[in-house]
Amino acid sequence: MNLHEYQAKQLFSAYDIPIPQGRVANSADEAVAAAQALGGSVWVVKAQVHAGGRGKAGGVKVCKTLDDVRAYTDSILGTRLVTHQTDDKGLPINSVMVEQGLDIRSELYLGAVVDRATRRIVFMASSEGGMDIEEVAANTPERIITVEVNPVAGLQAYQCRQMAFAIGLQGKQVGQLVKVMTGLYNLFVETDLSLIEINPLIVTGDDALLALDAKLNVDDNALEVGRHKQIAAMRDTSQEDETEVEAAEHNLNYITLDGNIGCMVNGAGLAMATMDVVKLNGGSPANFLDVGGGTNKERVEEAFKLILSSPSVKAILVNIFGGIVRCDMIAEGIISAVKEVGVNVPVVVRLEGTNVEKGKELLEHSGLDLIAADDLSDAARKVVAAIGKAA
Amino acid sequence: MSILIDKSTKVIVQGFTGKQGTFHAEQAIAYGTNVVGGVTPGRGGETHLERPVFNTVRDAVQDTGADASMIYVPGGFAADAILEAADAGIRVIACITEGIPVLDMLKVKAALDYYPGVRLIGPNCPGVITPDECKIGIMPGHIHQAGRVGIVSRSGTLTYEAVKQTSDAGLGQSTCVGIGGDPIQGMSFVDVLELFKDDPRTEGVVMVGEIGGTAEEEAAEYIKSSVNKPVVAYIAGVTAPPGKRMGHAGAIISGGKGTADDKFAALEAAGVTTVRSPADIGETMKGLLNA
Repeated sequence: MNLHEYQAKQLFSAYDIPIPQGRVANSADEAVAAAQALGGSVWVVKAQVHAGGRGKAGGVKVCKTLDDVRAYTDSILGTRLVTHQTDDKGLPINSVMVEQGLDIRSELYLGAVVDRATRRIVFMASSEGGMDIEEVAANTPERIITVEVNPVAGLQAYQCRQMAFAIGLQGKQVGQLVKVMTGLYNLFVETDLSLIEINPLIVTGDDALLALDAKLNVDDNALEVGRHKQIAAMRDTSQEDETEVEAAEHNLNYITLDGNIGCMVNGAGLAMATMDVVKLNGGSPANFLDVGGGTNKERVEEAFKLILSSPSVKAILVNIFGGIVRCDMIAEGIISAVKEVGVNVPVVVRLEGTNVEKGKELLEHSGLDLIAADDLSDAARKVVAAIGKAA
Repeated sequence: MSILIDKSTKVIVQGFTGKQGTFHAEQAIAYGTNVVGGVTPGRGGETHLERPVFNTVRDAVQDTGADASMIYVPGGFAADAILEAADAGIRVIACITEGIPVLDMLKVKAALDYYPGVRLIGPNCPGVITPDECKIGIMPGHIHQAGRVGIVSRSGTLTYEAVKQTSDAGLGQSTCVGIGGDPIQGMSFVDVLELFKDDPRTEGVVMVGEIGGTAEEEAAEYIKSSVNKPVVAYIAGVTAPPGKRMGHAGAIISGGKGTADDKFAALEAAGVTTVRSPADIGETMKGLLNA
């Protein structure tokens, strides 16, 4: 789960990670009041959306008058921001963050992730802050300094100092980086994060380090087992794909894609493989959908509804390998779903595994216009052909 | 003798009396697995499925001599269950549970360094099976057939595809290991390949990978340097969009790394025969073994 910048900064504050003075606002009036309360003569107003690249996309503005703050906030609230990290529709701007303008001497990058290869939390820092860090990593990898944390000992001060000197910090900046990194590490392990990014971490004119931006991702598994209820309450579903949110409510794993063949599969690996084989046969999948191992009739129905909620779906491919799940039960689910939901596109069904004969028999005698397939390749060929005929 | 488990393996079930634990223990027993008991804290002394229930894994090991465990406890308690098994001297731990917090697994992996003899399979996996001898996990037993091919896979239902096809091709399986779909896991592809390489029963290996991480690339390196048996590989997720978690926590392309194309290329460079559709696994392996 992603958090907004203002939410991440609340957590930073609780872990003594220095942040600029700032407030969140949900209206132009609130934004002006926030600017007045902060004082000074320069403010930065930032759209709160779950995506990077806001600055280039027009979602951040330096304002020199209160009228400016009002006008800009008014112009972006209620609109959608499209950045290079969002799709064409962009994400809704429901709130802004108003911060004091600052005297920035230099911009750094600081991040931490769980590195699966080393099985460690790894910190990354670079003197090239403010830029797209993936670009830095691709073009000048030597400018990214990494530090692996031993999970038994935790992050040590010497590791932070090493990092500080390597990215060119000096004097009291070094001690400040130790403080920032220690806070980040504690936040990371105590709240089950999978990613933290501060881009940029700035050095101000008076040598203070401040987290100007904050990107944070919390491990969904930790929230699902009931940890960190306060953080779970920060979830903003307006920033997520509507269909994916609805799917999650029915315990379905669903991801929207841009093709026209709806796929319903049990198991994540098989679902990916099904998409691949559809593509291999000249088709284009409309979604990834894993109905899960212990699926039932209701879930199959919900899955059909989800797939059909996309107007671009022109055919459906069902691919089930019944292990613990019985094929006859899946067949009943398909039959009742097709009858109930009113499916008016061709449906290709491939069943395999436990009770497959019984399942196939049920489908055959259902009176429904289903296309049976023998294996995955056969199913993909048939669904692609079905679309060709319909068109 | 097969890798990891065989008919002499004594298996306990952690989370024995729960719904999942009960169902899959029944299935394992019906398959012929030597399930000697189970653990549910607070229910020690009871009998479940005609087998003893223990309060702790240590009690179970002392009483039954168990050397393998399958874990069906909820995600928030799985790290604890794995470490309890390791500490009690269990040799093969198959953790079926999905949804374990990643930082829990990070601690578990660091702690398992202190138990060098322990083999952890999973989490978030179907388990391990040696056909006709021992089934530890949730895979449907009846699609398996004792035979010549070792299977190692990150995905559950895709493993079943590979199993069914090697059965249909008349090859059968020596042992099938589902290593799971999480970013931090127990045995890796390389760990399992190391065992298959020296296993006289295993004549060829099917490897099923997916997007995310670099485990397939590491396997490719290892195959190139050390494996003389034919390997057929399939990688799922050619069409997966970057930055999206495809069901499994570990199946995500991040920062342009972990794409299926990269993995196919690495495996092909290592001399592995790759297939672009999982429907071709069985016949391709048959061709290699009968060549």
